[in-house]
Amino acid sequence: MMKKVTVYITLKQGVLDPEGKAIGESLNALGYQEIVDARVGKFIELQVDEGPNLEERMNEMCDRLLANPIIEDYRFQVEEAVQS
Amino acid sequence: MKFAVIVFPGSNCDRDMYHAVKDVLGAEADLVWYQSSNLKEYDGILLPGGFSYGDYLRSGAVAATSDMMKQIKEQAKAGKPVLGVCNGFQILTESGLLPGALMRNKNLSFMCHQENLIVENNETLFTSGYEKGEVVKFPIAHGEGNYFCDEKTLNELKTNNQIVFTYQSNPNGSTHDIAGIVNKEGNVLGMMPHPERAVEKLLGSDDGLRLFQSVIQNWRNSYVTN
Repeated sequence: MMKKVTVYITLKQGVLDPEGKAIGESLNALGYQEIVDARVGKFIELQVDEGPNLEERMNEMCDRLLANPIIEDYRFQVEEAVQS
Repeated sequence: MKFAVIVFPGSNCDRDMYHAVKDVLGAEADLVWYQSSNLKEYDGILLPGGFSYGDYLRSGAVAATSDMMKQIKEQAKAGKPVLGVCNGFQILTESGLLPGALMRNKNLSFMCHQENLIVENNETLFTSGYEKGEVVKFPIAHGEGNYFCDEKTLNELKTNNQIVFTYQSNPNGSTHDIAGIVNKEGNVLGMMPHPERAVEKLLGSDDGLRLFQSVIQNWRNSYVTN
């Protein structure tokens, strides 16, 4: 079975995110005063052949390449891939 | 002494680096394409600036996974001098040869101008030609030069005297004003400012000359005594 893994990567809390800060301030400038903080990140969609240790291997891939654990946090979710 | 200037797809300061060591200093140097497998032939490795792999994912992240980086790690382990400038520094942190990470500049801008640096450590093979505390002028040209590390790493850098250059006036938000660091062993230097673009007075500064001269001099000394 094919799985779809979506990886979300953001800068760690406590690491300055100047882009997120600029976006938050822009939203404030547009009148959305309820915005207290904004963090920018990226998401990566992977189509994965299902095999053993999927979670473990995904964590490894995130630690080794997809995220930089020094400055970034990541999480991922695994879903059934929709066959096209 | 023979230098390898490593060329990744997207490197763009490779010619400047080559010009500095070959034409200005008169050392031997080759531009070495990243798919080459002959790194053993060289005495020193120069990782130039640019945008390897278009900065995809994170600056330096893709280049760090290349077979070339495996070879560079082996040569670094063998004690050969490795200098990474700008994108070269980013590749060195991404590959784990140097601690920490380089993040987006605090003001989000790409900055390209001269900066004054303080030589914090002149007891490395790269900086023995400078005075400790000396102020030198190198150009910077980066959008992601904001050095970050956690407190534990920063304390280690301080304890081991690994901080080599700091900014006199921090342009990018770097932790502890850090502009350049070496590994614990002292043979791998990563720095955001460009010494290879400061080798001719006509172009604004020749303060970078002594960095390359130091490397060559120290290589000669080790060669003679061994």
